[in-house]
Amino acid sequence: MEAMIQTFFNVEIIAASWPIVVAGLLNTVLLSLIVVPLGLFGGLILAMLASIRHPLVRWPLMAWVDFFRAFPPLVLLILLFAGLPFAGLDLGGFACVAIAFFLNTGSYYGEIFRAGIESVPAGQVEAGRSTGLSRLQAMTYIILPQAVRNVLPDLLSNTLEVVKLTSLGSVVAVPELLYQARQAQSLTYNPTPIVVAAIIYFLMLWPLVRLLSRLENRALAGRR
Amino acid sequence: MTTWDRFLDTFFNGKVMLKYLPDILWGVVVTIELAILIVLSGLAAGLALALLRSLAIRPLNWLIIFIVDLFRSLPPLVIIVLMYFGLPYAEVSPSGFVSTWLSLAFVLMAFSEEIFWAGITSIHKGQWEAARSTGLSFGETLMNVVLPQALRLTIPPLTNRTIAITKGTALGTVVAVSEILGAASSAMSNSYNPSPLMMGAAAYLVLFLPVVVLARRLERRFAWKR
Amino acid sequence: MTPQPIVDARAVHKHFGTLHVLKGVDLKVAERELVFVIGPSGSGKSTLLRCLNRLEEPSSGSILVDGIDMLDPKTDINHARRRIGMVFQSFNLYPHMTALGNVTLALRKVAGKSRAEADRLGQAALERVGLADRAGHTPGQLSGGQQQRVAIARSIALEPRVMLFDEPTSALDPELVGSVLEVMRSLRESGMTMVVVSHEMGFARNAADRVVFMDDGLIVEQGPPAAIFEKPTQERTRAFIGQIQRH
Ligand SMILES: Nc1ncnc2c1ncn2[C@@H]1O[C@H](COP(=O)(O)OP(=O)(O)OP(=O)(O)O)[C@@H](O)[C@H]1O
Ligand SMILES: [Mg+2]
Repeated sequence: MEAMIQTFFNVEIIAASWPIVVAGLLNTVLLSLIVVPLGLFGGLILAMLASIRHPLVRWPLMAWVDFFRAFPPLVLLILLFAGLPFAGLDLGGFACVAIAFFLNTGSYYGEIFRAGIESVPAGQVEAGRSTGLSRLQAMTYIILPQAVRNVLPDLLSNTLEVVKLTSLGSVVAVPELLYQARQAQSLTYNPTPIVVAAIIYFLMLWPLVRLLSRLENRALAGRR
Repeated sequence: MTTWDRFLDTFFNGKVMLKYLPDILWGVVVTIELAILIVLSGLAAGLALALLRSLAIRPLNWLIIFIVDLFRSLPPLVIIVLMYFGLPYAEVSPSGFVSTWLSLAFVLMAFSEEIFWAGITSIHKGQWEAARSTGLSFGETLMNVVLPQALRLTIPPLTNRTIAITKGTALGTVVAVSEILGAASSAMSNSYNPSPLMMGAAAYLVLFLPVVVLARRLERRFAWKR
Repeated sequence: MTPQPIVDARAVHKHFGTLHVLKGVDLKVAERELVFVIGPSGSGKSTLLRCLNRLEEPSSGSILVDGIDMLDPKTDINHARRRIGMVFQSFNLYPHMTALGNVTLALRKVAGKSRAEADRLGQAALERVGLADRAGHTPGQLSGGQQQRVAIARSIALEPRVMLFDEPTSALDPELVGSVLEVMRSLRESGMTMVVVSHEMGFARNAADRVVFMDDGLIVEQGPPAAIFEKPTQERTRAFIGQIQRH
C-alpha cells in the first residue's frame, strides 16, 4: 500500500509538477471556453438552416451532420494537423483543435437544437407570425427559448463531452491538462502527474455529471 | 502539372495508396475487433450494474453510482493513458489494444448503466404491482415485465452513445494500436504522403456512416408512443 | 361451527411514516361471499386491499388468506399471491405483450404450465370475460373496458381463491362500465369470493352480500346492502351515504 502511494500519489512529485499541471488546467479551461461557444454557434446555424424545410437544404444538411457524426474527432484533428501541411497549410495545433471541434461538436449541437426546435408546437410560430413577427424574430424570441429549455439536458451532456474531448489536444501538442501531465510524467519518471490530472478532471466535471444524471432520469421517465 | 493534378498526386496518390492498402485494411480489422469487444463487454457490464442497482442495496448502490460517475467524468483518453503508461509502474503492463478496449468498455458501461437504470425506473409502479400480485417474483417481474419495456425506451439514447464511444477506438493510436488511424499515421510518416490518411478517413466513413444512418432510423422507429 | 373464512384479517395497522392509515381493521370474508367496501377518499380502502396480498407491508396485525399466514416470513409469498387475484383501477396490463401474453405470463412462470397448456387456460379465461377474439391484440389496441376485462382474465386464469378489486371501473368512460360489471357479476355467480372497493352503488345493492363502510382507517359499520344504504346506524355512515345519494 505504502509503495502504491509512493508510486501513484507521490506528494513530492505532486509538489514538483504542480505548476506544470496547473498551467495545463488553465489551458483546458481556456480551450473549453473557446470550443464550447464555437460548437454551440455552429450547431445553432445548422439547426436554423434545418428549419427551412426545403429538400435542397435539408438533405445536404443531414449528410453534413451524419458525416461528422460518423467521423471520429481524433481522425478529423489529425487530418487537419498532419494532412493540411501537405497542401501548404500549417495551422498549428490550437487552430486545428478549434476547427475540428467546430465541425464535430457543431454537428452534435446541431442535432440537439434541431430536436429542440421540432419539439415546439407549430402553433407557436403561427401565433408569433400572426402578430407580425418575422420568421427570424419568431425563431429568436419564441421558438429558441422553448427549444433550449426542452433539450437542456442534452445540451449539457454534449458540453460535458466537449470539455472531455479537449484532452485530444494533447495529441497535437496543445499544452492542455493531459499533455502537461504527460510531460511531467516523462520528466519525473512517475505516473503521479497523470493521476493528479485524472483527479482534477473528475473534481471539475463531477458536479455536472451528477446534475445530468438527475435530469436524464427525469427526461426518460417523461417519455413514457 | 496543374494545381489540381498536384493536389490529386499529393492526397490521392495511386501508388502510395496501393502500397499501403493492406496496412489500412488490417487496421480496419483491428478497429472492428476493438469495436465489437467494447460494445459487447461495455453493454453487458452496464446492464449487469443496472440490474444490481435495482436490488436496492444501499452501500452497493453508492459504489455503483460512484463508479458510473467516475467513468462519465474522465476523458476516455485520460483513462487509456493512465492504463497504458501508468499501470506498468505497478508491474501490470496491458497492451495498447487491451488498454483501449478496457478503457472504452468501462466508459460504455458507465453511460449504458445510467441509461438502462433510467429505463428501469421509468416503468410505472403499477406494472410491478400487477406482476407481483399474480405471484411473479422480483426477478421474474424484472426480466419479463419491466426490462422488455425499459429496453425499448433505451434503444435511441443507447445507440447514439454506443456509436460515439465506439468511434473512440481511434484513440488507440496514442498507445500504439494499429487500428485504422494508427496504421494510416505510420503509413503517412513512412511515405511522406497524406494519401494513407485519406484512405483511413474513408475507411472510417465506410464503417460508421451506415451505423449512423441506421441509428437515425431506429430513433424514429422506437420513439415511444402508446 | 362456521366454516373457515377465506380472508381473516385481524387488528391490521398500517403506518406510512407518521401517518396512521389503518388503525386496527378486522375483516373476515367467507367463501363465496362478495364484500363491498365503501368510504371517503383517503379512508384506507386501497391500503387495506394491498395489505391483504402484502403489496403493502402491514405494521402489525395478522392476515390469513385461505389458511395461509400472509405475514409469516416463512410463507412463500409468490405462491400465496397466485391464489389472490387483484384488479387495479388503472388495469396495469403489460403494454409489450398481447392480451393472451398478459394472461399466460404467470401461468407459465408461477404455475409452471407449459406454453401450450398456458395458452389453452389463457384462452379459456379470455373466453370467460368475452374477449376470446381479442387474444392477439396488445393493450394499446383495446378499449379501456376491454383492457380491464383482460386484467380480470389475467387473475382468474390462476384460479384464485379470492379476488380483490380496487375501483375497477373508476378509470372507465361511463358507457364502458357496464361490460366490466357484467363480468364481475358472472364471476360472482360462478361462486368467486370477492372483495370490491368501488363507487358503483347500484352494483353493491344487487350483487353484494355485505357492505363495509370505512372511515379514517377503521371499519365503522357493516351489514347487508339494504341495511347500510337504508338504515345506517352510525352518523358518519349516514353522512357518507347521504352525500353520494345526492350526487
Ligand atoms: N405509499 C404511500 N405513502 C404514503 N402515504 C400513503 C401511501 N399510500 C397511501 N397513503 C396515504 O394513506 C391514506 C389512505 O390511502 P388509500 O389509498 O388507502 O385511501 P383510499 O381509501 O383508497 O382512497 P381513495 O378513495 O382516494 O382511493 C391516504 O391519506 C394516502 O395519502
Ligand atoms: Mg384507493
